[in-house]
Amino acid sequence: MPRLKARFDRLSHLFLPLSVLVILLLINLIKGADYFKITMVNRVLYGNIPNILFGASELVILSIGMTLVTAAARGQDISIGESGAISSAIFVQYVLNAGEVTIWTILVGLLISCVAGIVIGAFNGTLVSFFNVQPMVATLILFLGGRSIAFIIDGKVSPILANPISNQIGTVIKGVPIQTPIILTAVFIVIVSVVLKVTNLRLYVEAVGINPNTARLNGINPKRVIFLTFLLMGICSAVAGFIAVNKVGRHDSVNLLKFIMMDAILAVALGGNSLSGGKFSITGSIIGAYTIEVLNRTLLRLEVNPEAIKAFKAVFIIILMVLASPVVRVYAKKVMDKAKAFVAGKAARQTGRLKKAVVSITDSSVKKEE
Amino acid sequence: MPSEIILKMEGICKSFPGVRALHNVDFVLRKGEIHALMGENGAGKSTLTKILNGVYEKDAGLIILEGKPVHFKSPQEAQNMGVGTVFQEIALCPNLTVAENMFIGRSRNAFVNWRQMNEKAAEMLGSLGIPASPTQELASCSIAVQQMIAIARAIDMDCKILILDEPTSSLDEDEVQKLFALMRELKARGVGIIFITHFIDQVYEISDRITVLRNGELIGEYETPELPQIELVSKMMGKALSDVSAMKKHEPPKSDDRVPVFEAKGLSSAVGVRPFDFSIHKGEVNGFAGLLGSGRSESVRAIFAADKVTGGEVKINGKRVKIKAPLNAMKLGIGYLPEDRKSEGVIDELSVRDNIILALQVMKGFFKPLSRKQAEEFANQYIKLLEIKTPSLDTPVKSLSGGNQQKVILARWLLTNPMYLILDEPTRGIDVGTKVEIQKLVLKLAQDGMSLTFISSEIDEMLRVCSRMIVMKDREIVGELSGADLTEQNVMQMIAQGGK
Repeated sequence: MPRLKARFDRLSHLFLPLSVLVILLLINLIKGADYFKITMVNRVLYGNIPNILFGASELVILSIGMTLVTAAARGQDISIGESGAISSAIFVQYVLNAGEVTIWTILVGLLISCVAGIVIGAFNGTLVSFFNVQPMVATLILFLGGRSIAFIIDGKVSPILANPISNQIGTVIKGVPIQTPIILTAVFIVIVSVVLKVTNLRLYVEAVGINPNTARLNGINPKRVIFLTFLLMGICSAVAGFIAVNKVGRHDSVNLLKFIMMDAILAVALGGNSLSGGKFSITGSIIGAYTIEVLNRTLLRLEVNPEAIKAFKAVFIIILMVLASPVVRVYAKKVMDKAKAFVAGKAARQTGRLKKAVVSITDSSVKKEE
Repeated sequence: MPSEIILKMEGICKSFPGVRALHNVDFVLRKGEIHALMGENGAGKSTLTKILNGVYEKDAGLIILEGKPVHFKSPQEAQNMGVGTVFQEIALCPNLTVAENMFIGRSRNAFVNWRQMNEKAAEMLGSLGIPASPTQELASCSIAVQQMIAIARAIDMDCKILILDEPTSSLDEDEVQKLFALMRELKARGVGIIFITHFIDQVYEISDRITVLRNGELIGEYETPELPQIELVSKMMGKALSDVSAMKKHEPPKSDDRVPVFEAKGLSSAVGVRPFDFSIHKGEVNGFAGLLGSGRSESVRAIFAADKVTGGEVKINGKRVKIKAPLNAMKLGIGYLPEDRKSEGVIDELSVRDNIILALQVMKGFFKPLSRKQAEEFANQYIKLLEIKTPSLDTPVKSLSGGNQQKVILARWLLTNPMYLILDEPTRGIDVGTKVEIQKLVLKLAQDGMSLTFISSEIDEMLRVCSRMIVMKDREIVGELSGADLTEQNVMQMIAQGGK
């Protein structure tokens, strides 16, 4: 029983994103009862849920990287969309110049674009960790200039990626009932969780994010850890760019992954992560990313004027952030404690064991104050 | 009565949750005197001055300023009544000009008359003899001049009392003299100055009177020329000179090994410790004695490479090694429990388990995480051994009491099984019971063959566990005591007289 409770406590930070997700899904259900309906078209599953998973794949991958950068560097990378645009431009050029396109061409292309992502990450990471530039300022450079670089790599406006394999990566592989980006995202999440399992990434990143000074005195090099998170962010950007460009089938250097860093940062915050670093939850960020996708689609489904969607989204986010703020949390806790005390007091009076209950209540409140 | 009294504090009491910071303290300041407020760490000096300038509210007592009882609710209010303060860290804005720093936030007007402000600043700088121009950017002034400008800001309005909290700690000898000249100038104008410092020589150079506090209680007020240095030290440390009964037998050095476990020659670090030699043998417990700011912490930090090491030669078991970063030191079997638990010891949001395994985990390497089960076993083992009181392994360490947090850090280092463990103030701010436990543990570890350095600002605690004492003063080693020579009296004498 105490074990179960401990596990529950560990998951308590997921309460906010999960409850938001549930509320959004309920709204959708009220709008139309067939919301969860999944249909089979040409032996592939389609429906609202698969569409959400499909649509959110890049955002999920990017929000994982953003979580790590935020936790260690206590700041955000705002160049992730541009970084994805550059690395996917390189991918497209490689594939277009490779002649016959096989699965190996695509894999090598992905690998090269990951290397490009790492180089971009190294650039940002060097500025942040070794030159102590604030993350947002450091990444502002590529945010402003990245799309021009991608355009130069493209050489012309929107090169078309017209080969059957890319098409299958962007949509479905024959005989597989689930759309490929969903599978790729799942694979990516599995890889990340394995990395977290076989390395000390979590301990190092959290230690550096909470107290770099102590981390240093215990043998961790904070600069290197921050640098590493930017490299990982680069890989995430490259993979997200890879999925995005295969989905669209052409490389549009101006619009590919445009402004996605805002959603990624929001996903991190929604997932219960502090934007000023420290302990992090990748599960939370993933749920946050899917929640944002659901929100976007819900607003569309409610037939909100596309021009007004952004305003609705903003209002929704303000409400969320206020609800999640420490001020409200403390207040909610107080109200809960009072309610508990009231219920406990009543129950005790009924059974005539008032004294004991009061003692236990005061005990617990004292503990909280400590 | 040589001059009139401008400030009287009577029966001041102040408690913080769990700590009694001040108990029934009286303090008197006269017009035109420099009054040194002395005491070791935690004696209550800062609390007393912060009550005077309105940062804290007193629990009980009376403050009488020029014959009228006053009650300040904020530093601004105190400032308006003529109580100015200059804190240890310069609280100015380096990117503003000198004049702006002197006057900003002072006026109630939304608009500033820049010309008038600069003129007024120039006049003040001139009259105080501060070598700075009003329109100069503050960052371009030397630290000493910045300190003087902070003082100028504090005394700007018809100042009667000036509190200087460690104003000299980051100044060199020349700069100190300049600051003293300014202090004498203010003294001549009739300002009462409260001077807090850890440098005893400076106290004797400039102050007229000394008030000594210890553990939140008033020890006494003395005329500076009538209080010999050694007596001042003994009053601060709470040991009477005649207290011979405190001479106890302690651990004799056990080791006959020729080769020391750790040996350093000419070690120095970027924070300004003079190059020093140091060695320690197997199973030995030594101490660094000296007042706060004497360089005792800086020295051990240099051993662990906690600050950037700038020179010196290090040998471990007779073999030359290079220690450039804490990780090198850890891999060579050195552990370091830092003085400042909150900012350098614990990682407060991480769990007790993660805090305990941290150092071991880092030594094992990035790609070799302990399994959850292993980590829990290790943590449980030390929680039991050190009797750490925690609700669970997953509890964030910040919700533990100070003593238990300290034990968590001790557990962290014991888990790495070091051959040489440095403990800087391991017993600060923790209750008496835990203190004794830690002292016992230190002696037991030494018996098992570990070498330890134990630093404490409580001298009797060090005498209980250390078999050799290195005495420091003004960032330099001034002597070493061991065997029969290691007595409180000798240690204090050495601190006071600098080994002469």
